[in-house]
Amino acid sequence: MKAPIFIYKRPASLDEALALLVDNDGGTQVLAGGQSLLATLNMRLSSPAILVDINRITVLQGIEARDDGIRLGALVRHREVLTSPLVARDVPLLAMALPYVAHMAVRNRGTTCGSLALADPSAEMPAVAVALNARIVLEKKGARRSVTARDFFQGLYQTARDDDEMITEVIFPKADADEAFGFTELSRRHGDFATVGLAIRARKAGGALNDLDVIIFGSEPCPLHSPAAAGISIASNASDKDLTEIAATITADMEPMDNHQGRGETKRAQAATLLRRTLKDMQQRALALEAAQP
Amino acid sequence: MTETIVFTLNGKPMMADVDCRLHLADFLRHTLKLTGTHVGCEHGVCGACNILVDGRSMRSCLMLAVQVDGAVIETIEGLTESGKIADLQSEFVARNALQCGYCTPGVLATATELLEQTAPTREEIRDALSGNYCRCTGYHAIVDAIEAVVKKRQAAP
Amino acid sequence: MTAADTKSDTMTGAPIPRREAARLVAGKGHYTDDIDVAGLLHVAFLRSPYPHARIDRIDVAAAQDMPGVVAVLTAADLARVCAPWQTKLALLPSHVSPLQSPLADGEACWQGEAVVAVVAATRALAEDAAERVTIEWSELPAIPDMTSAAAPGAPPVNSAMANNLGLDHAITTGDPDAAFRDAAVVVEHDFSFDRQTGVTLEPRVILAEFDPRLGQLTVHHSHQVPHQMRDVFAAQLKLPLAKVRVVTPDVGGAFGLKIAAYPDEMAVAAIAVLLGRPVKFCADRLESFISDNHAREATVKGRMAVDAEGKLLAMDLSVVSGFGAYSAYPRGSVGEALQAVMMAAAPYRMKSLRGRVRGYFQNKPPSGVLRAVGQPIATTVTEQLLDLAAQKLNLDPAEIRRRNYIDAAAVAARSAGGVVLSELSLERCHDRLLKLMDYDALRRDQQSLRKAGVYRGVGLAAFIEQTAVGPQLYGPQNVRASAQETCRLTLEPDGSLTCASSITDQGQGTRTALTQIVADELGVDIDTVQITTGDTQSTPFGGGAWASRGAALGGEAALRAARRLKQSVLTIAASLLQAETSALRLSGGVISNTAGLPQMTIADIAATASFKAHLVPLGELPPLEITESFAPRELPYVAANGIQAAYVEVDPELGTIRVLGFWVVDDCGRVINPLLVDEQIRGGVVQGIGAALYEQCIYSTDGQLENGSLADYLVPMAGEMPDIFIAHMETPTSATTLGARGVGEAGTVGAAAALWTAVNDALAPFGAVMTVQPFTPERVLDRIALAGTPPHDL
Repeated sequence: MKAPIFIYKRPASLDEALALLVDNDGGTQVLAGGQSLLATLNMRLSSPAILVDINRITVLQGIEARDDGIRLGALVRHREVLTSPLVARDVPLLAMALPYVAHMAVRNRGTTCGSLALADPSAEMPAVAVALNARIVLEKKGARRSVTARDFFQGLYQTARDDDEMITEVIFPKADADEAFGFTELSRRHGDFATVGLAIRARKAGGALNDLDVIIFGSEPCPLHSPAAAGISIASNASDKDLTEIAATITADMEPMDNHQGRGETKRAQAATLLRRTLKDMQQRALALEAAQP
Repeated sequence: MTETIVFTLNGKPMMADVDCRLHLADFLRHTLKLTGTHVGCEHGVCGACNILVDGRSMRSCLMLAVQVDGAVIETIEGLTESGKIADLQSEFVARNALQCGYCTPGVLATATELLEQTAPTREEIRDALSGNYCRCTGYHAIVDAIEAVVKKRQAAP
Repeated sequence: MTAADTKSDTMTGAPIPRREAARLVAGKGHYTDDIDVAGLLHVAFLRSPYPHARIDRIDVAAAQDMPGVVAVLTAADLARVCAPWQTKLALLPSHVSPLQSPLADGEACWQGEAVVAVVAATRALAEDAAERVTIEWSELPAIPDMTSAAAPGAPPVNSAMANNLGLDHAITTGDPDAAFRDAAVVVEHDFSFDRQTGVTLEPRVILAEFDPRLGQLTVHHSHQVPHQMRDVFAAQLKLPLAKVRVVTPDVGGAFGLKIAAYPDEMAVAAIAVLLGRPVKFCADRLESFISDNHAREATVKGRMAVDAEGKLLAMDLSVVSGFGAYSAYPRGSVGEALQAVMMAAAPYRMKSLRGRVRGYFQNKPPSGVLRAVGQPIATTVTEQLLDLAAQKLNLDPAEIRRRNYIDAAAVAARSAGGVVLSELSLERCHDRLLKLMDYDALRRDQQSLRKAGVYRGVGLAAFIEQTAVGPQLYGPQNVRASAQETCRLTLEPDGSLTCASSITDQGQGTRTALTQIVADELGVDIDTVQITTGDTQSTPFGGGAWASRGAALGGEAALRAARRLKQSVLTIAASLLQAETSALRLSGGVISNTAGLPQMTIADIAATASFKAHLVPLGELPPLEITESFAPRELPYVAANGIQAAYVEVDPELGTIRVLGFWVVDDCGRVINPLLVDEQIRGGVVQGIGAALYEQCIYSTDGQLENGSLADYLVPMAGEMPDIFIAHMETPTSATTLGARGVGEAGTVGAAAALWTAVNDALAPFGAVMTVQPFTPERVLDRIALAGTPPHDL
């Protein structure tokens, strides 16, 4: 199928772009990487009256270290994030998740902020943003606000962004030295969206993991920040049985959706397995790191 | 609505008026008659339309033609003419790493970018190819061909 | 290796790169959508959103006023130039499909059936206009699944039908009752095969041009069988055969999907005739999923009887197959189900077989042929039941097969299903495979890893592949599908050779194989042989590409033509040289005498015969253009054989499956070009792995395809596929001079079966056996949960 007719605008500045969004009722859509938007246009699943191509707005480019974290502009492509030494050092969870995102050609064009804006339940970036509670900056003409990722994702393809706003940047907090991270997902093939996946952050003390943030995605309408995980500490000598129980407790929070990848309850069981294995892996990595230190 | 775009196509400057809703693959194929770029799904999954934009492989069905204004585009026709992937192409031929040939230009675009990175392992080659659908070959010979080029380029002075 | 390196006397058997390959890697493919025609119009179809509905009214007025629109057409419009058609099979009177027209006429019977054609200056404009067509529908009861279609009193899928049963066929060989009564072991298992579709990377494309002055229709068509389509277009559009030309340029994959006459493609040809303008239709991926023929949907209840030594005694199969809304035209939709029974235990000695096959129409796209037609089902059922029997007898899976192979090495035999077998090499293939894969080492790994909670499985699948199918398949059914292949070989005046063949090549490499055969037989440089295929105007009549026939039958015709042409050349040479024909040798394009001294070239003969025939001292000049046809007449087909093995790892907690290795030993008779054969097998294997692990058309209970995009219908990709190791046995068939058997479907015939046996082998410690393909993670977990036993030592 071919895209329906739309008006194409390519503003040179952010102000121009935001002006085009004033009074938007959803008929105007922002085009960044376009890796989802153009596919829906080619299927005539969406028919915006106006497309605002922001690719010329240079202030939206760039990965940079700021005091409050690592900032990714709205035009930062997945590939840039994947290959950024800054991200690898300061936001390791993001670097861990990126290889799971689609395929090389899509990563070369698709943007991290675009993925956040779309809020596909199976996508990796929203889960990472929630795990780290990244700050998502939304701008509209004359106003700028920042929303934490945990407030940003509100439901299936539902976010805190208003139609007259666009995401201009996202700021990921830098990892502390005592933080540990884990990322995994179950997908049918390389690069497919996740059936169920996990993004985890914790504070490590030897092989113990405390202050857990466990985000379960893919199976839920939007990334689930497990309430049960918050109170859990994992001892250095936790057995497989202990980890199995912890995983069961955490996955009890899930409200997994049925779809072609499986029934919700199947995904809950798969999530528990992934969680047990990932926590164990995180513990082992923490211990190995400790052992390697002089 | 139409827009005028100026860009570099296979090493040559180019100017064109394009319908804004036209995607890049259709523009290359039907406006510029560069039919080596193929269309297999138009939703960014199959990789048959992969080309190089500013040196990176991209889905030409997921870009609008109007967006290439100012960009450097290389299609299979240009990659062939420049000779820069002649070694890759000859390995594909020698190993019969293609049957119907419909996926091949997209696969070659992916491989071109991949081979510019550090020498990939067999597993990394498979991972990089995981966004290019081939219904005919079973992939094995494609992986062989790319692996052979990795080794030959490493051995070259 | 380049062609230049291989200029020896024997091209046949050499790994010659395909001639098209250099062009295709340079982006110089010439596919139907690449063809540029002045004044070309584009067609977009409005398709039924309902699986079954009556069309009460169609309003095209608003669409007709849209920019760029030339015509908006319905069934009634096209009926003026195109007659309806009906699929009938003479030997199976119950397999009668309702009358079909290019566009749904009064009633749509599947979601995706074309209803209105919009013709416009561009595809985008045609789609814009299609959105303005309004259709008033009355929904009718939809029967998407086989069970509801079979239910007593079920409403018909099409109101022109009395009920939905489209096939009920039974066969009995030997004495199955006695065999089951006396068996030491009886195993039974239920199998279900989800509906698949071919997903050729190049979708269906057709470009039709009609010149009203000449009354000439020229169709460029992404298709396998141009001569069949010429016959169909001429008949339906009431044109003389001579006024229809079908050209199949480069084709981006076919696999049986592009063998049928599709209603929407008939519509395009009809529109060209109606408007007198060139029109093109290129299916987009979304409409491919709902309008390409589907395949494989079947359930099988299988039983197997085995004696105490593991000897196979009998099988009893009950197959139910789903046809979709119409039977595919013109070849019908029964092949899948019939082959599923007929090919049962084909590689094995077995005296008794009972099979019952039923097929039902459904409100889904028609099912047609897909690479290996029914054979994957038969192989899966047989191989899995054999493994279950071996388990009961505590026999190794390799051993139970070794004890049962049919002895068709020396003399011809028939399988219980009636499959004609001769000159097979099953035992040799088996032994070679076990060495190739190091079977014993894999078994040791498997055992030791199980103790560590890692569950791996080794799966075997021996197979028979029906290849080189002749006229006995479609002839008796009164289906107008040619089973002979023809070669017209011409010595051109410049000494080059032109080989025009009725076969077609969608990348298999048959064209290259034929040039190898011709060059070898004539003793000329392969680069002097040009080949022409895929154009009804310049190639002789014949079958095209189907049922693994190209190299075996097209190659035989080429070989025979080359032999006769060589005789002509040598006769002329002998007359010019005043020598005996038998004293002359033709090699490298040069004719030499008994002493090996070059006398003249084939180009000299060509020039003399073409321009100075008066110098040739013969009463009559022997022909330098030879036409030879070949179809197997004694045998219905030539059986090939082989065995495949898969090594897999199942994660019993996530339900995921990794294919770690895959091996095939195949005997396709004389191997003309190993490069071609290996890649045919590998591609076929991957399609089989796809069937076992990924591919399924998921329909809602109300008949809507729910995963009709390439993001949702999962095809096998490089990241998950294993390396596939291949070895060959070469047992030439005596059915032809050439000795080649087909190989195009071999991989697909056995690969899914090898996955079934491997995955179930991995699951054996859990007491679980898969029943439904594809093996999604959830289905794996469900079977483990159902078995309910914690893993145990075996």
